Amino acid sequence: MFQRLGEATLNSFEKLGRGSCFLWFTLGGIFDVAARPGLLIAQIYSVGVLTVMLITVSGMFVGMVLGLQGYTILSDFGAEETLGVMVAASLVRELGPVVSALLFAGRAGSALTAEIGLMKATEQLSGMEMMAVDPVKRIVAPRFFAGVVSMPLLAAIFSTVGILGGHLVGVGMLGVDDGAFWSQMQATLDYRDDILNGVVKSLVFGFVISWIAVFEGYDSLPTSEGVSRATTRTVVHSAFAVLVLDFLLTALMFGDF
Amino acid sequence: MDEAESGAGCLVTVRDLVFRRGDRKIFDGVNLDFPRGKITAIMGPSGTGKTTLLRLIGGQLRPDSGEILVDGQNVHALGNRDLYGLRKRMGMLFQSGALLTDLNVFENVAFPMREHTRLPESMIRILVLMKLQAVGLRGARNLMPAELSGGMARRVALARAIALDPMMIMYDEPFSGQDPISMGVLVKLIHELNDSLGLTSIVVSHDVHETNTIADKIYILSEGKVVGEGTPGSLTRSTSERVQQFMTGAPDGPEHFHYEAPDYSEDLLI
Repeated sequence: MFQRLGEATLNSFEKLGRGSCFLWFTLGGIFDVAARPGLLIAQIYSVGVLTVMLITVSGMFVGMVLGLQGYTILSDFGAEETLGVMVAASLVRELGPVVSALLFAGRAGSALTAEIGLMKATEQLSGMEMMAVDPVKRIVAPRFFAGVVSMPLLAAIFSTVGILGGHLVGVGMLGVDDGAFWSQMQATLDYRDDILNGVVKSLVFGFVISWIAVFEGYDSLPTSEGVSRATTRTVVHSAFAVLVLDFLLTALMFGDF
Repeated sequence: MDEAESGAGCLVTVRDLVFRRGDRKIFDGVNLDFPRGKITAIMGPSGTGKTTLLRLIGGQLRPDSGEILVDGQNVHALGNRDLYGLRKRMGMLFQSGALLTDLNVFENVAFPMREHTRLPESMIRILVLMKLQAVGLRGARNLMPAELSGGMARRVALARAIALDPMMIMYDEPFSGQDPISMGVLVKLIHELNDSLGLTSIVVSHDVHETNTIADKIYILSEGKVVGEGTPGSLTRSTSERVQQFMTGAPDGPEHFHYEAPDYSEDLLI
């Protein structure tokens, strides 16, 4: 049993090492991506733009639920006017970056892994190498950077739509004062503490999810089972990484140590 | 210096190649010469590492020892930039074709040109149509890879492999899984391309008949060693049992029908 445990530990460290080397090469592809922005834009479309619908609908409902729940609790204390603050702060600080990252991992991360894994399984990557085209620069790097660019934008859309959803329920249906909703929000939320920290979070999440997704695809076994496992791993590891990193980042940003 | 001179007529030379996968020796001291402008075939039973050999020549795998010279350059001593430079002059035809599934036939053939040259669009169009004409698929330029039959996909891949006018092409099992007609087409194409473009061709195959009709020289590999070499004619007359078994397709011989196993009756009883 100890032997197994040791082997598993060694394997995961080895994989982390391979992943880091891979990340290094991918980051080196930034010059090639910069030289051919068309490739990046095409990937931003398939990674980011096609995820907008999912993000918008989810954000709307999360915001509406927040409005409803928040109102019930706040009205017990007679503090309905602070509903705007509550909705906006929870979205911008936490739910926006985290929930959109989880959705992003499920929608775009899994697609990236499956695409790259299948290209590997059908020898397309190998064929490219033999045509003297580096697949890491041509295929992986544009997808990776598209993910990094898209994630903060998607999180911003999520939060914005969520706030509108909270407004719809709180002001439109439950009768919170419109002016109070917005002015309290404006007065309380801080640009640096709240908005910028949220953007930093989603940038980190985008980086990590894209890294996991492209690496799992590139590292997958070139069989149908291998690709399916890699896709599962992308979603599971991304979700894990997002939640753990969220705690760490929150502790760094808002914790008083 | 001697080495270079003796290999002057050869585009690719393999010297004392050893390659292991796990504990198994795939190649155990193999020497091969691929003369310029000729078609050289590598034959052998499945699983003797014929495809591995092509990947070693292409620099995708590293040998455990020995060296491979392509056009005088030691493939595995090259830096990344030089290796990619060398690969631009090598074409490889994968068994599956390895076409890019999100691009149509035209774009697939144009892919290496777009990646490596700055030719204007009009020039690329002319070149692509010429390459497609050579493989007889000019009319299929707008099809997607999924709409092609296996033989057509291989011909498109061949057009793509010659897109940058390479000095050599490596064919990985070009005949396997083909109907007799497309087999004939591929035999004709390999022959024509080799002669008209002055290419050096390396064909990896286990189809004895087709290979015999096109190859100038054949190597037979088995269990990590070269067990026979020569022209198709001389190999057919060879007295070596291994060579005979392979050329005639006898089910049992030096190459055993049974995979290594414990004694049959014991295995059943216990």
